[in-house]
Amino acid sequence: MSTRQTQAVARILLTPAVALLLIWMIVPLALTAYFSTLHYSLLDPVSERFIGTANFRYFLTDPAFLASLRNTLVLVGSVLGLTITLGIPLAHLLDQPVFGRSLVRLLVIAPFFVMPTVSALVWKNLLMNPVSGLFAWIATLFGAAPVDWFTSHALLAIVLIVSWQWLPFATLILLTALQSLDQEQKEAAEMDGAGPLSTFTHITLPHLARPITVVILIETIFLLTIFAEIFVTTGGGPGLETTNIAFLIYSQALIQFDVGSASAGGLVAVVIANVVAFFLLRIVGRNLEA
Amino acid sequence: MARTAKTRHKVLMTAAAWLSGLLIFFPILWMLLTSFKTELRAVSTPPSFLLFHWTLENYASVLQRSAYLHYALNSVITAGGSTLIALLLGVPAAWSMAFSATARTRSILLWMLSTKMMPPVAVLVPIYLIYRDLGLLDSKAGLVLILCLGNLPLAIWMLFSYFKEIPKDILEAARVDGAGVGRELIHVLLPMALPGLASTSLLSLILAWNESFWTLNLSTSSAAPLTTFIASYSSPEGLFWAKLSAASTLAIAPILVLGWLSQRQLVRGLTFGAVK
Repeated sequence: MSTRQTQAVARILLTPAVALLLIWMIVPLALTAYFSTLHYSLLDPVSERFIGTANFRYFLTDPAFLASLRNTLVLVGSVLGLTITLGIPLAHLLDQPVFGRSLVRLLVIAPFFVMPTVSALVWKNLLMNPVSGLFAWIATLFGAAPVDWFTSHALLAIVLIVSWQWLPFATLILLTALQSLDQEQKEAAEMDGAGPLSTFTHITLPHLARPITVVILIETIFLLTIFAEIFVTTGGGPGLETTNIAFLIYSQALIQFDVGSASAGGLVAVVIANVVAFFLLRIVGRNLEA
Repeated sequence: MARTAKTRHKVLMTAAAWLSGLLIFFPILWMLLTSFKTELRAVSTPPSFLLFHWTLENYASVLQRSAYLHYALNSVITAGGSTLIALLLGVPAAWSMAFSATARTRSILLWMLSTKMMPPVAVLVPIYLIYRDLGLLDSKAGLVLILCLGNLPLAIWMLFSYFKEIPKDILEAARVDGAGVGRELIHVLLPMALPGLASTSLLSLILAWNESFWTLNLSTSSAAPLTTFIASYSSPEGLFWAKLSAASTLAIAPILVLGWLSQRQLVRGLTFGAVK
């Protein structure tokens, strides 16, 4: 009797959260799907009418879409590559018994807590400005010409900023995984005469396979929709050089007020994100049973 | 001899670790230094590292002339409010799933997580139009709602993983003693779950404080939190580096401290328990 009562209470306690998330998931997405079939401009709301799949044809064949898809892939791929290849040695270093380890740890994870608008503007102005930025001064010290980052290498500049923000995340997760690696196993390998390199490739790296996968998937979900860093630095330019899919949809919606096309783009973004989400949920779900 | 080799190794590793740490932290340090320079000094080359005339004028001017406190208060209200509501909804839900699990609990948890994977930009248009029609654009209530929705799945997941670790026997003992469900929740569960609650709130606060998609798109002035305020420095006429640095330092300092305090629990929350 008491269990039935408990279960009824449990269901009541669960309902508000489920209901809210259900509404949050269904209503806006259904509206996006609906808008995507309309000719609907906020500048000219009276001309609203059903046009079927025309928005999708327009969005997918727009040269801006291909450019932004390419930029999105470059951005996600480069940031993943940088944060993981730098994160592994960094985590390894922080796993050593160095002096002042907890202080170094604080320094390394700090960028993760800096709000995106601050990171982007500090990098753009204080560091990357071609005249008064610190990088320009360093370049002249070595007799090189300062790089005008946001004119000639805008996407690379964004990649560097975003990598700086996400390196702590990758490092922290890999470090946590390293710390759970059985010390005895490593010592046994060393006693059997395995050098540090072969211990790393045969014991440490396989152990890191799962955390690396988790880092890749979670970072991808966030990196697919990088927005603020582009918004405050380049506004998607020069041209379309730093426009990713998220920024393209934003500009169609709130700059060109083309609701229909932006909604079609939104659904395309959902499809791309779902592919990633599918794999992440499988990994997380497997862990849930254990 | 082996001992000296070991010491040398440790010294080398220490040097490498500190060098990387300082390099990664450098942009923040540079921003901090710039915030104490005059505007002229901030843009002059060669840059000065420590030997410059230190001044607090940027902080004074940011605090007095830019209504900084208005934006900071908005950040506190929206991040704090959304965290509070996420906890109020999340604690009962996580408790229910951790202690009265049904056949569907696993799929409900995964489904909740999947709402986090919807790219926000996909629902920008409908949310913007709904907010416009309900008068929620540039309102604190609107931001609290959307930030709360973003953090709720994470909060439930994190709380669930903490609640799972509380031994069920203790609850049953309380039940035998005749404690009702409500008393069970407040007197038995909450004290044991306090560390988990604390780290969940910290993570939720940090994420809501730094959230920069919805805050930039749904607020302009009256509800604008610090993310939007800092973004206003991106306009060409707003480029005062020393003041930008001072405003930025003030904006990130509280959350940096909270982040440092919660770093050990962070991994668990950020990976949905996939890495502990």
